[in-house]
Amino acid sequence: MKYARLIFANLLRKKTRLALTIGSFAAALFLFALLGVVGNTFSLANGVVSAHRLVITNRTSIINLLPLSYRDQILRVPGVQSITHNNWFGGVYQDPKNFFPQFVIDPQNQRRVYPELIVPKAQWQTFLNDRMGAVVGAATARRFGWKLGDRIPLTTTLYGLAGKVWDFNLDGIYHGTQPQDDQTQFWIQWAYYKESVPPQLQGQVGWYVLRIRNPDDAPRIARAVDRMFINSPNETRTETESAFAAGWVKQFANIKLLILSIGSVVFFTLLLVTGNTMATSVRERTAELAILKAIGFSDRAVLGFILAESLLIALAGCIGLVFAGVLIPALGQPLAGLLPALVVTPAVLGYGVLAAVAVGFASALLPALSARRLRVVDALRRV
Amino acid sequence: MISVNGNQANSLIQVRGLDKTYRRGNEDIHVLQGLNLDVDQGDFVAFMGPSGSGKTTLLNLLGGLDLPTRGSVTVAGDEITHMSRRRLTQWRARHVGFIFQMYNLIPVLTALQNVELPLLLTRLSRAERRRHVETALAIVGLSDRMQHFPRQLSGGQEQRVAIARAIVADPTFLLCDEPTGDLDRKSADEVMDLLQRLVNEHRKTVLMVTHDPLVARIAKLTLHLEKGVLVEAGARQDAAAGAVS
Ligand SMILES: Nc1ncnc2c1ncn2[C@@H]1O[C@H](COP(=O)(O)OP(=O)(O)O)[C@@H](O)[C@H]1O
Ligand SMILES: [Mg+2]
Repeated sequence: MKYARLIFANLLRKKTRLALTIGSFAAALFLFALLGVVGNTFSLANGVVSAHRLVITNRTSIINLLPLSYRDQILRVPGVQSITHNNWFGGVYQDPKNFFPQFVIDPQNQRRVYPELIVPKAQWQTFLNDRMGAVVGAATARRFGWKLGDRIPLTTTLYGLAGKVWDFNLDGIYHGTQPQDDQTQFWIQWAYYKESVPPQLQGQVGWYVLRIRNPDDAPRIARAVDRMFINSPNETRTETESAFAAGWVKQFANIKLLILSIGSVVFFTLLLVTGNTMATSVRERTAELAILKAIGFSDRAVLGFILAESLLIALAGCIGLVFAGVLIPALGQPLAGLLPALVVTPAVLGYGVLAAVAVGFASALLPALSARRLRVVDALRRV
Repeated sequence: MISVNGNQANSLIQVRGLDKTYRRGNEDIHVLQGLNLDVDQGDFVAFMGPSGSGKTTLLNLLGGLDLPTRGSVTVAGDEITHMSRRRLTQWRARHVGFIFQMYNLIPVLTALQNVELPLLLTRLSRAERRRHVETALAIVGLSDRMQHFPRQLSGGQEQRVAIARAIVADPTFLLCDEPTGDLDRKSADEVMDLLQRLVNEHRKTVLMVTHDPLVARIAKLTLHLEKGVLVEAGARQDAAAGAVS
């Protein structure tokens, strides 16, 4: 590319201006990536729900428990594929701020209801055979540096047992199969829990989760379950996971709008700033462009030079995406466990580059066209 | 032979019945009116005339930077007055070397890179381009300034770099619009010596506009632009001019 030197020389003509323009691009693209990641995170948090699952809680309140005896009755409702029950354990690991969700699970059935969370076979076998076993999500294991075989002490906050320390053996680590899967949970055995709590808690579960064959059946199954226990001491509320998350979704729509408006304003501003820079830079060079044309450079070539300069500035500004790739996951570290990980996905980076190129092109278009139109005789007479 | 009668055949540059009218507001300004000119290879002609008489306009038409209202310009058999803008640009690259009064050089490029510009439009390899540039800079006596930027050169040196750029692609003729207009006497003399050498030693064809009678005297013939046509002021009969005719 023999014109490269000419283009670079022109780019470097005003170094401060070049740096500032690239800086504007970089800042805008960093913000773009950040907004993209935050937007993704909200929609992922929303995507954790499955249309194939129903959640059954006590109608009175989510902290009221349900009898274990409901299990077999629910399983008989047509369309229910499998059922598991969970309890909130609420243990503290070393310090209350080390929060992560701990679920007492029904090991046989948990995996049927949550097939997307994968535990290696051997580890799962160890867990099944270990009354004091625990399986933890990869994110939490990473967060605390836990390895298989570690002994994890949790101080329970359960009513009547508060302050008691329970030891668990880390037998397995699970991974999600989709990026949005929650990898922060800590699972412990129902059997161990049951024999350690007071008798009145032994037959009580926190909630049931059903896996259903066909999401279309969800309303029918939910009605059937709730009808079954109507007028019993423990009425149920059966909802799809997505209904459960509906409030969340509504929030998200607002956030999306907010993100979109911020993003548009930023890019519009960038467009104006860069457009002005390119226009100034072309105006300053009127005589030089005229000389190039007199020498025999075509109108198209001159147009190309201006566009190339702008596109190079835009691409250099993609350094902002590199910063985003490095800094955003670090920013997300303190939020581990509360939100899905802040990942700068290739899609966000790809759209960032596209946006940069589009702005680079659009902002240079008018100045480049005027450079193309420029007539040598007028330009040299004007100066 | 340089002639303004329009009766010569086979000259290198042949201008016939050239009219150029500008419109300013409601008023037509007839700058050139039926101008004729013939110039042969190796000729060195100076155009003089008061400011606003149309000297720059004439050079622009000869160099294919602008189109006449009427009439024709034919160079080496090509009639340029009917070419499209695009063809004209290609034609300029091949046939014309321009030297303007000011703003000739690209300030962000070195002397070497400035001189190389016209060669970027050719198929020459990098090494060949480099060789041509070195030759051109040697001719103008600036071999030791190749890596200098325009602001590191004197006005006279800048013009010599511009001349090197004008000749590097070996064009059919050179057009100079007041090439010494911005220079002191000494630099102007250097530039004129150089142009004269190009004509005498390298058989270049030079058409130059100037205000300065001393500068014009170096040319083989000075033509005056009066009322839209060229008139002869008298061919010089000295040895330098005689040697090339
Ligand atoms: N683009 C134009 N529009 C209108 N008038 C013009 C234009 N270019 C030149 N002129 C006029 O034509 C006349 C000749 O100009 P020019 O060729 O530059 O003269 P010179 O070079 O001899 O000083 C001047 O009166 C000038 O104002
Ligand atoms: Mg003039």
